[in-house]
Amino acid sequence: MISLEHVLVVGALLFSIGLFIALSRRNAVGVLMGIELMLNSVNLNLIGFARFVEAPRPIDGQVFAVFVITVAAAEAAVALALAVAVYRLRQTIDVDRLNLLKW
Amino acid sequence: MEQPAVIVAFYVLAGLTLLSALMVAMVRDLIHAVLFLILSFIGVAGLYVTLSADFVAVVQVLIYAGAISVLMLFAILLTPRSSRDNSSVSYSAPISVVAGLIGATIVYVALNTEWAKTADSSDSPFENTAAEIGKALLDPYVLPFEVASVLLVIAMIGAIILVRPGNEEDAS
Repeated sequence: MISLEHVLVVGALLFSIGLFIALSRRNAVGVLMGIELMLNSVNLNLIGFARFVEAPRPIDGQVFAVFVITVAAAEAAVALALAVAVYRLRQTIDVDRLNLLKW
Repeated sequence: MEQPAVIVAFYVLAGLTLLSALMVAMVRDLIHAVLFLILSFIGVAGLYVTLSADFVAVVQVLIYAGAISVLMLFAILLTPRSSRDNSSVSYSAPISVVAGLIGATIVYVALNTEWAKTADSSDSPFENTAAEIGKALLDPYVLPFEVASVLLVIAMIGAIILVRPGNEEDAS
């Protein structure tokens, strides 16, 4: 049977894959893909807790997951708009070459 | 919940999700990476269904697999002269070590914690989640709900202003 630990292990593996992608991509859109994967793993954990953990109102975890999805959509829209604006300025979205603020 | 089909579906979907997430890290072309990302999002939506969260699964397919992936494809296609390959930085080996250590720590903590589980977890505590989530959004969570709508409006206006051509001083 599925238990809470299985869900949490899947979420942890997904989180570490997303962390690796977010830290190691050169392209800014690739970094954003890693961040979305990490948010997905957090949502998976929330749904797992809502399903398996004793709570006075068990729907709360799913409501929180809906809020996380909302904020992730807003964040993705702003981040991709930033990527397009930076590309217009510098002709690149390679995060290694965007070092204007580097000392 | 205890049907064997659900359990098999959970493990198959978990494998699909993790494999396609790994392929996002491995594949060379950025467009292919987005396509594998969509597959991973759909796998997570299937996992939500096996965890009896049907409304969140539908929202996941609509927002992540629909909207956010299309936004990413647009962002890649609107930056044509930037490098299209999905290459990683030169110091990716220590990053993989750090990510593996953090993942191992989370797995260790998850397996060694005494979670306050429900006594009888074989059947789901939810009947139909859409109506329950709607009631929860409009009764105890009405303030975060309104704040989220304001946040979405701000993000939309901000994205439009950021990508508008000639966004210097010519607007009035």
